[in-house]
Amino acid sequence: MSSATEALITPFVGQTGGLLRALHALQAGVGYIDASAIPVIADVFNLTKAEVKGVVSFYSDFRRAPAGKHSIKICQAEACQAVGGRSLTDKALRALDLSFGETDSAGAVTIEPVYCLGLCASGPAAMVDGKLRGRLDPNLFADELVQLQKDGAK
Amino acid sequence: MKVYVPLDTAAVAVGADEVVEAIVAEAEARKVAVEIVRTGSRGMHWLEPLVEIERVGGARVAFGPVSVGDVKALFEADFASDHALAHGDPAEIPYLKGQDRQTFARCGIIDPLSFGAYCKSGGLAGLKRAASIGAVETIDEVMTSGLRGRGGAAFPSGIKWRTVAGAEAEQKYIVCNADEGDSGTFSDRMILEGDPFLLIEGMVIAGLAVGATKGFIYLRSEYPVAQRVLGQALEIAQREGLLGADAGGSGCAFDIELFMGAGAYICGEETSLLESLEGKRGQVRAKPPLPALEGLHGKPTLVHNVISLCAVPSVLANGGSWYHDFGVGRSTGTMPFQLAGNVKCGGLVEVAFGLSLHDLIYKFGGGTRSGKPVKAVQVGGPLGAYIPPSKFDMMMDYETFGKIGAGVGHGGIVVFDEDADLAQQAKYAFDFCAEESCGKCTPCRIGSVRGSEVMAKIISGSDVTENIELLTDLCEVMEDGSLCAMGGMTPVPVLSALKYFPEDFRAVKEGK
Repeated sequence: MSSATEALITPFVGQTGGLLRALHALQAGVGYIDASAIPVIADVFNLTKAEVKGVVSFYSDFRRAPAGKHSIKICQAEACQAVGGRSLTDKALRALDLSFGETDSAGAVTIEPVYCLGLCASGPAAMVDGKLRGRLDPNLFADELVQLQKDGAK
Repeated sequence: MKVYVPLDTAAVAVGADEVVEAIVAEAEARKVAVEIVRTGSRGMHWLEPLVEIERVGGARVAFGPVSVGDVKALFEADFASDHALAHGDPAEIPYLKGQDRQTFARCGIIDPLSFGAYCKSGGLAGLKRAASIGAVETIDEVMTSGLRGRGGAAFPSGIKWRTVAGAEAEQKYIVCNADEGDSGTFSDRMILEGDPFLLIEGMVIAGLAVGATKGFIYLRSEYPVAQRVLGQALEIAQREGLLGADAGGSGCAFDIELFMGAGAYICGEETSLLESLEGKRGQVRAKPPLPALEGLHGKPTLVHNVISLCAVPSVLANGGSWYHDFGVGRSTGTMPFQLAGNVKCGGLVEVAFGLSLHDLIYKFGGGTRSGKPVKAVQVGGPLGAYIPPSKFDMMMDYETFGKIGAGVGHGGIVVFDEDADLAQQAKYAFDFCAEESCGKCTPCRIGSVRGSEVMAKIISGSDVTENIELLTDLCEVMEDGSLCAMGGMTPVPVLSALKYFPEDFRAVKEGK
């Protein structure tokens, strides 16, 4: 773990904003920022563990546990609220039987809130596995997510 | 056959990539040679995916919204101009024709990654002029233009430029704030995806003028398409010499690095952005010192929003007084307003300041998407005021909005129909602040949580009069005691909702 972590983060030492770049790279490589990586990062960047943990926990992009096979983010912001974003959210959560921030027991899906995807004239909007989606129908989207959850559990 | 299809997020999110695949497959089956050009978006988001066909002679005909299922029929009809999805010459569509497209002049028309197309359509004229007239006169042009920061604070750009230029330091920076987190806004995203060289040119001009050799673009991670397009544009700009030791033939060095945010709204606040860019928690810094004097790494830094920097090339190319002639009073130039939420014709409307809110919502927007009456609009993002229809004759400019305690912000207009509950929207304003507060100052960190609790009580009908009094008091503390606009302006949506829609706050008590 430690040497793999080091290899991913070391290139960013000395760069402007190197720690954030390193955390993005680590998450892209491993999928999340494991607690065991914190002392390694602290050592490489010559920071305290508290400083590193403080940065990791500040930004909602950085996960501290592995995510499900599929990642779902639903926009919660005002422009999507105005076109049924709340209903989209409620139906999706109910269909998956999850709350925001949770991953199902099979590790198939993780569902999270997101605050604006820049699709404010094409809402309600979401992001599924990095792909942007606009003008979603709450019922069709819930069905699609259930299928994703079934497929992901296989 | 030449076919233009947007690569813009608003097109891709409703199937533009799939439509391209279908066009390519259908053309292959029919043995028709087809050249696909991916462009930015014209900004008529209700028509996306908007497909344009180039006729012999270069005239374009637009079709939209095109779904995968429409492609076969469009081929069968030979993309006839009288097809049900046809809109004729896109430039003649009233929504576009009624605009003053300056910053967005190229967006949706050219391939955003064709440096040749950029140069052929007037690109680099601003930089060439800036290089020939020198730093002092370049700043004078920006001063004359009356350009004010388009990110939300509306601070006069020329004064900021002069401050950074006057600061003595061995290193200065240009930082572009592309952390466009306000709900209802997408103008930064559109220009980054549709005309990225314009931003690069604007940043090079700013660098020459203030004596900075290094720029950063801080982009939010929620914009993957913008990240890809901008990343490629920066590589091309390097290769073409627009960036580098002799940036754009100016004789000065300038380089730009793209830096990705990590999902924190507060990093759109300039000092928080600088902390984040230094790899730290995005916590707000106390001002002074101003970033213009002590910014990134403690060095003089010009922090500007994307749209402010994108206005610069045309200011330089045409002169500051040309730009100043657009708009009204001290709100000079054009503003890309963004019509969002429950609106029939949502999208980007770049016009000179001075149009009324009514014209934007009805003349351009066509009213609500749901067909129900408009109940309110929120102008200027999550920290902006909720405005009732009785105020829609207000002019969209900085001074008019300032008078009623509201702001134009980044130009987002979110429309709500009569189903909206403004007490719920007021609660959401606190919830959002609680979620996104950086935690540095108490009024924002604690006030947002307490505000949400008080709103929950009001919504449930418990001691409504007393709780509204408490709410008003709390808002006063947040306004006066917060370190930045996050806590200081969260009361704006709350108090405007209370002022204009008091019945929503008393719905339970009055048994509605």
